[in-house]
Amino acid sequence: MKEIVVISGKGGTGKTSLTASFAMLAQDDIIVADCDVDAADMHLLLKPDFAKTEDFYSGELAIIDQDECNSCNLCFEVCRFDAITVNGRQYSVDQVNCEGCAYCSRVCAVEAITMQPQIAGKVFTSSIKTGATMVHARLSIGAENSGKLVAKVKKEAKNLAKTQNKSFVLVDGSPGVGCPVVSSLSGADYVVFVTEPTVSGLHDLERVNDLVKRFKIKSGCIINKYDINEDVSKQIQIFLSKENITHIANLPYVENFTKAMTLGKTIIEYDKILSEILRNSWKNILKDCCE
Amino acid sequence: MKIAIASGKGGTGKTTVATNLAKCLSETDNVVLADLDVEEPNSALFLKAELVKEEIKYKMIPHWNESKCESSGICQKVCNYNAIMLLGSQVLVFKELCHSCYACVELCPNNALVMKPERIGVLRYYHSEGLDFVEGRIDIGVEQTVPLIEKTKKFVDTHFKNTEIKLYDSPPGTSCPVIEATKDTDLVILVTEPTPFGLHDLTLSVETMRALGKRFCVVVNRWGLGNEDVLDYCKRENIEIIAKIDNNRRAAELYSKGDLLYDKLPDFKKEILNIKEYIFDRI
Amino acid sequence: MKILFTVKDNSWESQMDARFGRAEWFLVYDEANDTSDFIDNSDVNSQSHGAGPLAAQKVFELKPDVLITGNGPGGKAASVLNKMIIDIYTGAGEMTVKEAYNAFKNGKLAKE
Repeated sequence: MKEIVVISGKGGTGKTSLTASFAMLAQDDIIVADCDVDAADMHLLLKPDFAKTEDFYSGELAIIDQDECNSCNLCFEVCRFDAITVNGRQYSVDQVNCEGCAYCSRVCAVEAITMQPQIAGKVFTSSIKTGATMVHARLSIGAENSGKLVAKVKKEAKNLAKTQNKSFVLVDGSPGVGCPVVSSLSGADYVVFVTEPTVSGLHDLERVNDLVKRFKIKSGCIINKYDINEDVSKQIQIFLSKENITHIANLPYVENFTKAMTLGKTIIEYDKILSEILRNSWKNILKDCCE
Repeated sequence: MKIAIASGKGGTGKTTVATNLAKCLSETDNVVLADLDVEEPNSALFLKAELVKEEIKYKMIPHWNESKCESSGICQKVCNYNAIMLLGSQVLVFKELCHSCYACVELCPNNALVMKPERIGVLRYYHSEGLDFVEGRIDIGVEQTVPLIEKTKKFVDTHFKNTEIKLYDSPPGTSCPVIEATKDTDLVILVTEPTPFGLHDLTLSVETMRALGKRFCVVVNRWGLGNEDVLDYCKRENIEIIAKIDNNRRAAELYSKGDLLYDKLPDFKKEILNIKEYIFDRI
Repeated sequence: MKILFTVKDNSWESQMDARFGRAEWFLVYDEANDTSDFIDNSDVNSQSHGAGPLAAQKVFELKPDVLITGNGPGGKAASVLNKMIIDIYTGAGEMTVKEAYNAFKNGKLAKE
């Protein structure tokens, strides 16, 4: 079983739309994992049925029991996150600032502070329009720790790949270079970069490639909207060649790309020209991944 | 006045709006722009600027003094992040997991731990023809971005105390880096695009801003792409759209080269001025 | 030789667990006495962060000579395992426990 992770560094390059297209091409042969958990969007194209939901717990928040509190001020003194609010003799926890370190609860002499586990999101297991299974999630507003939620989505997806005997897990990864991306990359067999021919796109691609190199994972790259700036496209191709990243394809800028999304369809269901390029791309990805 | 430019979805045009707005405002007012998207800070690509100052940024993590340690294991017991461990008679610290709460250092009965700085990234202060610009850039491999966002904001507060307008280019999404970037602002400008992804993520951003009790408004970028559902949504929710920037291939090309738009595209400049007007009239 | 396997279930019929830190169970097999112990790792699995090092701490206390797993321990877990004398074998993630044991005996697994 191989795991293919699609990432971009920069947001807005078309990563999610392309991953959804690959999911359409792969039909029932894969498990799909939407690990772009902070503002997940793949479900808008793949129409999951949200068959199973599970709460995701992560982190804790301190709660002060007003009846027990004796206003000794110790919690305020030890808190490094400005999370203890004092109003006269009333002590309360600022839920936005509290980082759940539990220091205050450990020092409270009258045991007035308890730590409450937080629901940080939800994990869903669904059937999508190809009949394949998709694991996806939603991170709660303001939650920390989307790396752990990503890990959970991947774990469920891999388990399903095992029980359903699927050869591939296709992962829509997170943007950026932080903890959720690291979590998306862990255990991956192949990385697909989706980039755009802009100075921002190249800048962010270089940074996220730096991260991928540490994991020593084989990778390929699709340049989306390549004709917006053919000079920068060429610069990207030089970069890919230098870094031993397979250049999978160039996609032209076509309005149908967004039109398809607006109609709730993947590109495969809407545009012939792009579909042809994506069909070949997917074939090449599978070949490159398994060599 | 602190104004954050944020979005749920990445790639909607946050940085485009932030850099062009900052440059335009700097022509007549005192502005400082802070790039708080510390994982991928790319505002600098659009601002021809001179580096004024560079500071390495650190977070504090515990260091073990073996000679004082008596293997009580209290450090591991009081750490809620599993960032410190007593293994046999040795204490190990996992710096990526540490949140710098100081519990282990302060509760160790033998004073065998002391906090020392550990590098997390770099802050750069630039000057770009009348505009002050500060960027936070996290080191690759550092997992927590919130500490660097905090320190970048603090730098701006300290060095630009008297600058009237502080613009924050925020990270995308709705999780805690965005909370950190927007929580102490007077206004959050949410940049969206009129597509299903854009609208879906906008609703999440709106939920976030309401949970924080922040004043916010919307800028629709790439108007003409997608559909008009975002207008209906904002009307239903009583959310003000303060600018609508037309979808424009020339704009995409200029952006791709790292050029600013407001001095080359009059229609775009008009929308930037709409944003300026909103800021000055209402805030 | 004492061998520790990362496994999904508490039986010799179980599949291997490819992960280390968040493995469901540890199976400790003592070849000399032909005894098997199953250790529940769900307490570590429930942790938000630091599962790898915590699992490694458990391994440190169990003192096996060999660790057989799938993907191999991540960086933080590895730094803990480096404090003990242990041989780590990877690549058994898709096997049953019995298959993994045989593969190990026949030199078919990758040594870290």
